[in-house]
Amino acid sequence: MNARLISGRTIAQGQNLDNKLSEEYYNAVAICEMNEKDMEKIGVSADENVEVRTSYGEVVVKAKEGGGNPEGIAFIPMGPWANAVVSGDTHGAGMPQYKGIDAEIEKSEEKVLPVKELMQRYMG
Amino acid sequence: MEITDVVCALCGCVCDDLVVEVEDNEVKKVKKGACSVGKSKLMGHGRIKSPAIRENGSLKECSYDDAIKKAAGILAAARRPLLYGWSSTVCEADKVGIELAEEIGAVIDNTASVCHGPSVLAIQDVGLPSCTLGEVKNRADLVIYWGANPTDAHANHMKRYSYISKGYWTAEGKKDKKLIVVDVRETKTAKVADVFIRIEQGKDFLVFSALRALLLGYEDVVPEEVGGVSKKDLLEAVRLMKEAKFGITFFGMGVTQSTGRHNNIVNAIQMTRAAHTHTKFSIMPMRGHYNVNGFNQVCTWETGYPFSVDLSRGYAWYNPGETSSTDLLVRRECDAALFIATDPGAHFPGESIRHLAKIPVIQIDPFANPTTEFADVVIPAAISGIESEGNVYRMDNIPIRLRKVVDTEYLPDEEILEKILEEVRAIREKEGE
Ligand code: SF4
Repeated sequence: MNARLISGRTIAQGQNLDNKLSEEYYNAVAICEMNEKDMEKIGVSADENVEVRTSYGEVVVKAKEGGGNPEGIAFIPMGPWANAVVSGDTHGAGMPQYKGIDAEIEKSEEKVLPVKELMQRYMG
Repeated sequence: MEITDVVCALCGCVCDDLVVEVEDNEVKKVKKGACSVGKSKLMGHGRIKSPAIRENGSLKECSYDDAIKKAAGILAAARRPLLYGWSSTVCEADKVGIELAEEIGAVIDNTASVCHGPSVLAIQDVGLPSCTLGEVKNRADLVIYWGANPTDAHANHMKRYSYISKGYWTAEGKKDKKLIVVDVRETKTAKVADVFIRIEQGKDFLVFSALRALLLGYEDVVPEEVGGVSKKDLLEAVRLMKEAKFGITFFGMGVTQSTGRHNNIVNAIQMTRAAHTHTKFSIMPMRGHYNVNGFNQVCTWETGYPFSVDLSRGYAWYNPGETSSTDLLVRRECDAALFIATDPGAHFPGESIRHLAKIPVIQIDPFANPTTEFADVVIPAAISGIESEGNVYRMDNIPIRLRKVVDTEYLPDEEILEKILEEVRAIREKEGE
């Protein structure tokens, strides 16, 4: 399914700002919130995994229903999973494109990488 | 022991009336004043235990002196160093950071770069008709949150300063006020609004333009639908704006991080000006970190510019888009980086991190985080506002002094930076001999 991806703060993400290597942070941030109709389209139910692909990368996260998203909008809380797929193009203003990225979202059988493994992808 | 008037060092609200219970040099309880995010910070999380240097792929614990020497060596040898972060620490540390940047000819940048940097650019362009949060609390009868979700990101904001707070002329709290929320998602903040205006993602500029036109009386040029919002809803918003005695727009990253960036904010400010033809209206960015604003203040009075300042020429050069962290890293220009009180590993686009993984990285922070995974020198610090004191600037430019509530063995940011600076100067002096 094609969607527009946005990232942003959530309360659970904020509560674990100083606790990013924890399971609480992983559970709060390695997720993608979508409208229930979009989840039906993709064929996933809550807590199953989805792969989010953009021109800048791909990442597997847990699907979550809700977040007040209209159809076609997907939300990943700000953090390393969202940033695996956002754009570093700042349009000459210094600010990366953290919101409004064209993405493709599909059901995935892959696991959601814990933060340390996710960071390993940048090494080497 | 109960400590009152404790200041929360987390978000730009800088709530300063917390009551905290301290026993055996530990925060046991946050009794009053903090939201769940602030409380979580005060109650504490696992710390970086010791300074460390990466050897053969893994971090090896060492002394503060050794870590500081190593960090100074990296910075003194770098040709294009980046010093980044500065928003979750105090102004006193920021000042030393700028001195260090000057000494080594670095680029110094703070998290505004990936947060409200576009707002700063817009304010430089057209100014900002703003006010203090105290004025909002006492006077505002119309509150607009645009691309901002305080329920999640600034949880006390509505209660302390805006929609729910009770002030001198707003004694009845929200009964005296109206709340409009403009957002792409129906956020928790949108759910409590009197009016929720859902706009299409990336169409903020158009909707600001339409409201400007309507406020200035050009109804005929506005089409039936703009950015997913019907003309009827736009007219209703304008009616509420005109009827207000004092209106305020708080805008967040929904506006700064979307297509249009600073142009969106310029238009938001011009909309505020258009509202002035009818009533008193103000506008304010919802600054994220508790001292993101403070760094911009300090950097401006030290260098003349608020962030993304390149000091490699021997004088200050400011050109966000060229001298901002993301651009420098995506261009693979930096050959060393120091990160203080920030976590680019979690908050920079992957493309930037790919380059960071290849260059020497120094991290100064109380907590381990994704950046620690690729940092080559890790220096633990005291937690500002809990273990050390200093000045910060709230989102409305009001300076507030953070208090220290417990003692610590960890060095505060300011002292770590002073030691690095001293060491860098010693290296450079030796080289000059
Ligand atoms: S609103 Fe912000 S400053 Fe106030 S208690 Fe919560 S996190 Fe701390």
